[in-house]
Amino acid sequence: MKTNRILTMAQAISEGIAQEMTRDSNVFVMGEDIGAYGGIFGATGGLLDKFGKDRIMDTPISETAFIGTATGAAAAGLRPIVELMFVDFFGVCMDQIYNHLAKNTYMSGGHVKLPVVLTTAIGGGYSDAAQHSQCLYGTFAHMPGIKVVVPSNAYDAKGLMIQAIRDDNPVMFMYHKGIMGLPWMAYFEGSSNAVPEDPYVIAFGKANVIKEGSDLTIVTISQMVQKTVLAANELTEQSIHAEVIDLRTLVPMDVECILKSVRKTGRLLIADEDYLGFGLSGEISALIAENLDTIALKAPIKRLAVPNVPIPYSRPLEQFVIPQVSNIVLAAQELMVKKMAYTESV
Amino acid sequence: MQIGKEKLLWMFEKMVQIRYYEETMAAVYMEGKLPPSIQKGLAFDIGAGPVPGEMHLAAGQEPVAAGICAHLTDDDTVVGTHRPHHFAIAKGVPLDPMTAEMFGKVTGLGKGKGGHMHLFDNAHKFSCSGIIGASMPIACGSALAAKKLGKNWISIAFFGEGAANQGSFHESMNLAALWKLPVIFVCEDNHWAISVPKTKATSIDWVSDRAVSYGIPGIRVSENDAVQIYEAVAPAIARARHGEGPSLVEIKTDRYFGHFQGDPETYRPKGEVTGLRKGDPIPKLSKILKDKNFMTPQQEAMIIEKMHHSVDQAFEFARKSDYPKAQDALDDVFVLGHANARALV
Repeated sequence: MKTNRILTMAQAISEGIAQEMTRDSNVFVMGEDIGAYGGIFGATGGLLDKFGKDRIMDTPISETAFIGTATGAAAAGLRPIVELMFVDFFGVCMDQIYNHLAKNTYMSGGHVKLPVVLTTAIGGGYSDAAQHSQCLYGTFAHMPGIKVVVPSNAYDAKGLMIQAIRDDNPVMFMYHKGIMGLPWMAYFEGSSNAVPEDPYVIAFGKANVIKEGSDLTIVTISQMVQKTVLAANELTEQSIHAEVIDLRTLVPMDVECILKSVRKTGRLLIADEDYLGFGLSGEISALIAENLDTIALKAPIKRLAVPNVPIPYSRPLEQFVIPQVSNIVLAAQELMVKKMAYTESV
Repeated sequence: MQIGKEKLLWMFEKMVQIRYYEETMAAVYMEGKLPPSIQKGLAFDIGAGPVPGEMHLAAGQEPVAAGICAHLTDDDTVVGTHRPHHFAIAKGVPLDPMTAEMFGKVTGLGKGKGGHMHLFDNAHKFSCSGIIGASMPIACGSALAAKKLGKNWISIAFFGEGAANQGSFHESMNLAALWKLPVIFVCEDNHWAISVPKTKATSIDWVSDRAVSYGIPGIRVSENDAVQIYEAVAPAIARARHGEGPSLVEIKTDRYFGHFQGDPETYRPKGEVTGLRKGDPIPKLSKILKDKNFMTPQQEAMIIEKMHHSVDQAFEFARKSDYPKAQDALDDVFVLGHANARALV
């Protein structure tokens, strides 16, 4: 079916879930305010009307109980989708996520199958302060046992959601509030895009080269992809041609795509909204460092991320710590003039 | 509820098997852990010997496992605790792969990746967790699955009296009551949360009184007696089977060994265990069987021999099994047969 329907990311996610629920009666959704409200960020909009309260289950505010319930139900053969309203709330239920959902398959020697999709909202930029603004995908990717999916636009979100539901393993599906297309929060237009009506999947571990370029590589994910696209357009006007890579998933991560691009451009900028320390930007930098026998860097790697402070509330403070389009442009410009201590040869 | 001969004999067999299993493990566990075979200067080496790591044994608590599991079928789910052997054995988990798992062998339930606190047996719907209070949410999940699949299967969440003070207890009880889940929360009160007695951990005498807060039945069993337990929980089992919702059961039981093997138990009053052992539930059940003419002394001897043999065989199987290859550590992060099971390396 050909279509040019433009959907918001929230609509695309909910459509993907609905199509899988229609296909497979073992799929159901649990979480806080996911029924009549349709999910605080719209990821389950319209599902209660379509499927009823036995399959779209509002829960008490008991994340430990209902995430553990998802693990137990999955072990018994069902395919739960369970929502942790904000990723920041992981503090009240991390034992069930990390000591059980993520580890039981391994501790059983691969015998226990846990097809759980754990959806959660991430990201700041709208002054929700330190307990409602984090990304934390680096935290979840750091710990083995859960796949980590972080879409940047509606088309990807639907395909990745359907893939997540069909995967036989725990998948964390992390959507940034600032690209869901909510009527009450500023969002990036690029995140709402054409979404085919028919179900389709996007494989995990396949990054998307959004824009090809020869001068530098910008590796990014989630809302930061949209910011990077705007930055790359500005850079093009200045004759700096950036290649923009949307990782789409962190576990598994498309290592080859990153290496191939940096081999070509010789310059790498990582644009990340998670914390700077011990996270995604460090991981990708290490990947490049470990492959310097086949990569000729023309400039040192540059990282943009949230400095290691909790996300502040006040508008100027928050906008300062979260990388903006202008920061990406500036960082790319700096990268173009920087030199390695030892350049020649190779 | 009247309990028949067959169930009584089954409970006796299981309790004999569990006790001998735990006593055998207690002995095997110490192999290689004491001087002179360990590093000089140490009194005990927890990581040495054929069964390394922590070891929590359930001798004395057999009636809880036998009395509850006597009501269950293969389709019912049991989620146990960090002290899980009695539950696993009573649920029918085969002793060979269970024991091999504790030896860290490739023939183990989890191919040596879990160990004694993390036993998973899909075929017998058994699992457990080393985290206090974690059994309850998981058992809610299997109960929800049974309900959604339209089956009358029930789930049992075992936990200790210490775990009743965890948030997961309240959350699970509330959710299960709200959704009328076919789950029974069974609190094993062995009086000790490692070294902290119940009286120093909560202001109430009976955890089962908390059932009132969730609008569900609370059942107390004050004797460490398999028959009394079996009979007392029957209404809870029936309620769950008929889709009427969860119950909270609390059973007073006794821990004969330390929290873990090697526990100096300095916190425990002298002679406590000697006193507890005077009420040993196994001879008690043997007497009931004989008084009812359900078992002769000869039959008892045969049962004991058969059960001991099954345990000896399992330990033999575990000893003879191979260790996994070191590189196997990188497998099984994701489910068997999954292309990307090794994930990020």
